Amino acid sequence: MCNVRRSPFAVRRGGSSASGQRPTANLFLLAVLLALAACHREQRSIAPTAISAARTFPVRVNNPYEGNAYAIAEGQRLYEQYNCSGCHFHGGGGIGPALMDNEWIYGSSPANIYTSIAEGRPNGMPSWGGHIPDYQIWELTTYVRALGGFEGRVATASRSDEMEAKRAEEPKK
Amino acid sequence: MKWSYKPKDINQSAKGIACCDWVNRGCAFANGKIFFNTLDGKTCAVNATNGQEVWVTQVANMARGESITMAPLVVKNKVLVGDSGGEFGVRGALTALDTETGKQIWKAYSIGPDADCLIGPNFKPFYPSDRGKDLGVTSWPPDLWKIGGGTVWGWISYDPQLDLIYYGTANPGPWNPEQRPGDNKWTCGIFARRPDSGEAVWFYQWSPHDEYDYDGVNEQILVDVPINGRMRKVLVRAERNGHVYVLDRTTGEVLSATPFVYITTSKGVDPKTGRLIPNEEKSPGFGRVVREICPASPGAKDWQPSAYSPVTGLLYIPHQNLCQDEEGVQANYIAGTPYVGANVKMYAGPGGHRGEYDAWDPIHARKVWSIRERFPVWSGTLVTAGNVAFYGTMEGWFKAVNATTGDLLWQFKTGSGIVGQPVTFLAPDGKQYISVLSGVGGWSGAIVPGQLDPRDGTAALGFVNAMGDLPMYTTKGGMLYTFGLP
Repeated sequence: MCNVRRSPFAVRRGGSSASGQRPTANLFLLAVLLALAACHREQRSIAPTAISAARTFPVRVNNPYEGNAYAIAEGQRLYEQYNCSGCHFHGGGGIGPALMDNEWIYGSSPANIYTSIAEGRPNGMPSWGGHIPDYQIWELTTYVRALGGFEGRVATASRSDEMEAKRAEEPKK
Repeated sequence: MKWSYKPKDINQSAKGIACCDWVNRGCAFANGKIFFNTLDGKTCAVNATNGQEVWVTQVANMARGESITMAPLVVKNKVLVGDSGGEFGVRGALTALDTETGKQIWKAYSIGPDADCLIGPNFKPFYPSDRGKDLGVTSWPPDLWKIGGGTVWGWISYDPQLDLIYYGTANPGPWNPEQRPGDNKWTCGIFARRPDSGEAVWFYQWSPHDEYDYDGVNEQILVDVPINGRMRKVLVRAERNGHVYVLDRTTGEVLSATPFVYITTSKGVDPKTGRLIPNEEKSPGFGRVVREICPASPGAKDWQPSAYSPVTGLLYIPHQNLCQDEEGVQANYIAGTPYVGANVKMYAGPGGHRGEYDAWDPIHARKVWSIRERFPVWSGTLVTAGNVAFYGTMEGWFKAVNATTGDLLWQFKTGSGIVGQPVTFLAPDGKQYISVLSGVGGWSGAIVPGQLDPRDGTAALGFVNAMGDLPMYTTKGGMLYTFGLP
């Protein structure tokens, strides 16, 4: 189930703090972290490295976060906080185009989506490159890919965070 | 075609700061010139005879999220221009430009210190709650007035006898009301001002501390009618919060405020204070979903102007019948991006129909007849001396009804949904014609031109939840239809 490809952005840590105290617990933690490090889905970018915060040219073709649940969740959080949802809403679009259908004006590949976010597009998409760290643009890219159905179910959230219009006691449509 | 004019250097990125589709509500003609605004914030003056550009003035600043969608009004030697961008954290204002040169004569902000709002010694609001120093600052949390909305994207009216202009101010931002405690003056209200200086004469707030995006910018109908046996100079307003108001337009006093749709968000208007009484049970905020907010955010009636017939004494009101569920979330201000903080899903109100076309008696404050429509009636309307009322539907029907009875006299299916405004004119051949633009769009119709995805009900600020079937009924358009009697 785990995707074992390694992310160049992920920071793998183990046993760097509180060493000497409670060695058993530390060993256990180290074992867990090592196990997780082998599992791309679960890898977490705890702090961005110097490389991952800066933009690279030409744009990399492979999405470093593909299939990574943490990056998708982070992308979802940033999508709300950076007001992406104010234009694209929860995939249906409004001011900006829909992101959950199969029409991609500027392409649906990770590099296409990354470029749309980083450079902006002429009909109103603002450019975020230089304003937010590069790894966040990749996290947003991965979340937008998930909205479009390009990310595997293994890594995507099972529900959206926005409200449910139906009352809890009512059956879904 | 006689001539065509296209402004130079239109900034296409303005499409990214237009909350509710790429719209323009019309132009004005005066002194041999046509005046109109562009989405990227320019006002243009063009020679009406030959289409030559006379001047272009940049009025709105796109970098701050400002755009322009409204139709300007010319009063004496001034073009009056308001802004849009209430969903982008702008600071609303009305600007007067010289008709000959395009130079700014005055600018009246809707929020901020009195000096910026052109509020001075001659400001005499009718109700005590609107009196005091710098209420446009003190009725907000610190500094939030700077990004608080109150845009001027609706209609301006002028009474030459009283020498007053009237216009409404739009919603406060963000939508999430818990981020901006206070009355949020001077948003969601109406100003009366002197056209020469811009100074404010009176103000009335339709929706103090608006919680639902009930912009106060609808058209005002200026009529002189007997109220309780006495002739009054009144201003009639079918307001987004669901009431038809009759105001004394010399003072700003509320003479009546009567619901014309099903309302859950308020419990009437206090006759003493003039203040809308909010229903706290329907107050949206952080982390909770409030159901059955009626009317929905576009209100009982949005921008679509009504018409008054002196023949019948009735007001013809095209409007919607929508409710919504809403959840408040954190709105973050990032210049040039949306500043809303609400997830919304709209749906049909009681009865299941989404639109209505009503005849309303403003003197006795009652509905005379009503026509139900499947979709919001998002077109303007027109009533003639021949006692015929015209309006369009979002499916594309252009309808003529008997202005006295509401009976359908004639209808014609145009190529796309109608969200424009019918006009009538006497042509040089001596015949009367009726024209209307067909081409669906606007906030309600954005799902068609924008190809929005109805699986996400929150799309287009929640309007898509109520309009998912519109693409089954109509397609994109853009045609002018003109009708005459044979």
